[in-house]
Amino acid sequence: MKKLILGILVFAVAFSLAAPLAAQAKKPLKIAFVYIGPPGDMGWTYEHDRGRLAAVQHFGSKIETKYIENVPEGPDAERVIRQYAAAGFDMIFTTSFGYMDPTFAVAKDFPKVIFEHCSGYKTAPNMATYFGRIEEARYLTGIIAGRMTKTNKIGYAAAFPIPEVVRGINGFTLGVKSVNPKAEVRVIWTYTWYDPVKEREAAVALLDAGADIIAQHQDTTEPQKAAQERGKFSIGYDSDMGKFVGDSVLASAVWEWSTYYIDTIQKALDGSWKTHEYWGGLKDNVVRLSSLSPKVPATIVAEVEAAKKKILGGWSIFTGPIKDQSGKVVYAAGQVIPDDKQLAMDWFVEGVAGKVQ
Amino acid sequence: MKVVFEKRRSRARGVLFAVPALSFMISLLLTGIVLLIADADPVETFASMASGAFGSSNGFSETLVKTIPLALTGLAVALAFKLRFWNIGAEGQLVLGGIAASWVALFFGPSLPAPLVLPLCIVAGLVAGALWAGIPGLLKTRLSVDETLVTLMLNYVAILFAEYLYYGPWRDPKGYGFPGSAPFIEAAWLPRIFGRAHAGIWFIPVIALLLWILLRRTRWGFELSIIGASPRAARYQGIAVQRNILLAVLLSGAISGLAGACEVTGISHRLQQGLNLGYGFTAIIIAWMSQLNPLAIPFVALLMGGILVGGDQVQMMMGLPSAMGTVMQGLILFPMLAGSLFTEYRIRILGGKSKQSKEACTEGEA
Repeated sequence: MKKLILGILVFAVAFSLAAPLAAQAKKPLKIAFVYIGPPGDMGWTYEHDRGRLAAVQHFGSKIETKYIENVPEGPDAERVIRQYAAAGFDMIFTTSFGYMDPTFAVAKDFPKVIFEHCSGYKTAPNMATYFGRIEEARYLTGIIAGRMTKTNKIGYAAAFPIPEVVRGINGFTLGVKSVNPKAEVRVIWTYTWYDPVKEREAAVALLDAGADIIAQHQDTTEPQKAAQERGKFSIGYDSDMGKFVGDSVLASAVWEWSTYYIDTIQKALDGSWKTHEYWGGLKDNVVRLSSLSPKVPATIVAEVEAAKKKILGGWSIFTGPIKDQSGKVVYAAGQVIPDDKQLAMDWFVEGVAGKVQ
Repeated sequence: MKVVFEKRRSRARGVLFAVPALSFMISLLLTGIVLLIADADPVETFASMASGAFGSSNGFSETLVKTIPLALTGLAVALAFKLRFWNIGAEGQLVLGGIAASWVALFFGPSLPAPLVLPLCIVAGLVAGALWAGIPGLLKTRLSVDETLVTLMLNYVAILFAEYLYYGPWRDPKGYGFPGSAPFIEAAWLPRIFGRAHAGIWFIPVIALLLWILLRRTRWGFELSIIGASPRAARYQGIAVQRNILLAVLLSGAISGLAGACEVTGISHRLQQGLNLGYGFTAIIIAWMSQLNPLAIPFVALLMGGILVGGDQVQMMMGLPSAMGTVMQGLILFPMLAGSLFTEYRIRILGGKSKQSKEACTEGEA
């Protein structure tokens, strides 16, 4: 009898100790995503949400994700991020440049929560940054645009004059110039990431100014549609915009977040997560070139493939000689713009018509 | 048979509370239907909203963060509305107050003695808001220019001016080119009470009380109420109508400017996007729902702040699209605004054509 009672006691103790442990192990990692636009923008946020969904599919019940869309950059973003952190989320991804300071402020107050900010430069022991060298893919699209423009004027609807965007314009223009020294890239600033109406207006203004190809650093497909309606070509960004708009989109520089999201979430699950500054490129498949439109002739496709091989082989698109807008050589032949200078880029290369302001 | 609105001869206290309560129930019912259509559990959603806005110290502090500018602009708008001066420009006055406070903090802050910086920022906000409201005030009183349009359009001027500043000359040279001024020195920060709720909150009871005393207990307040009821009658009584309107409008603008100064010194600590979040427009709804009563405005503003914060909660935790939060906010407000009609009027169903009911009918339509 004593043995039986003892047995029951041991069993009960073991069970009561193990039960919370088991529950703890099974408790899913709660992950929140803060978006600047809606996933239905078919661009920037669409790709981040695709990355989120890929992680959900990969990890199944091990993670639980929530997201909030249309969060304006600025002080209101801090409230949203803080609310997620206070509600017990373990990991928070904030996916726009303007969320940097709010994320940083909240990260200080919630040292146990992991924060990941896309495209910024501030880190903390519990706050990492991640981004990609999309300009490598843009360079390749630039080759196509440079070859296919007839007016030698290429329009570029751009969001904010910050290094991220400037780098993209420069990378694209270097691609254009590599095959067509006569072409110029005209830039219009919209001062918004996500605003279908303003994005379209910018594209229309560029078309009116004689551009026959429209490229963009915006979150929606509106500039692409504006070009199509005028019977002109365009270069997409964020997602494979040809899928949504049609053959008039010659190619797109595309984000591919799934690999990164799965990787970093895995580390958070293992407990091996450490703060980092991730900045991958074409070879890491965090950015890629979309499939090309059938309107792109085979000779150009071959040219693009050759350049892609060069980049995958370790060649930097920011290898000199690189001239600034005044025609002065700022990086001599063979010299590569160092990463820190790329991250702070605030000047245009030769061939860009417009001002960083 | 005919259905007419009849003005209530006296406002029963019961009606004053029953109508908003009933309106609120209708709001919940309507929202519930929309939620059901969207495949969400209404009870769970409302609970999530309420707990998000009021259920935790963090959530409540965020509700207060919204309440501060809402209450201040609400008070500002109510004062102008008392005089039937339709100030739709609280948003612009708030932005200009923010600009002026930033100007002091950025360019004079570092060289001023530390204890002076914050008070001067606040004063700058007050003055700038007053001056900005003074433009439509002067145009109205001197040239009879319609104030609704002028105040509305000046909002956009103020917002674009702020954008010009933080995209252009005031942009932080260390900000990697991203729009926004340099951060203020700490001497220009409004102290925080808890969470992000800051000391700007103390302005609410002070101004609400002052306005109430001013409007109900002073000669000037009495003159204002006569002007509001009938400018012509006021003129016959020898009240300086134009001067009083201008004074009240300046005061109204100053309070909105104060709200802007609080936003930049209390929350963002710099001039950047996100200053004009529509507080000055929501203020109109708040003033109206409070029946222009300064003592009611802080509470309505608190409710409205809760709806704004809770609305996001619905998206963050329930996974509903962001548009749903906005739809819910609209559905909650609409019956409450409609309800305020019934505290003033009642529906009367007319059978015969008695003389008395005809009178009621014309009065109701007047």
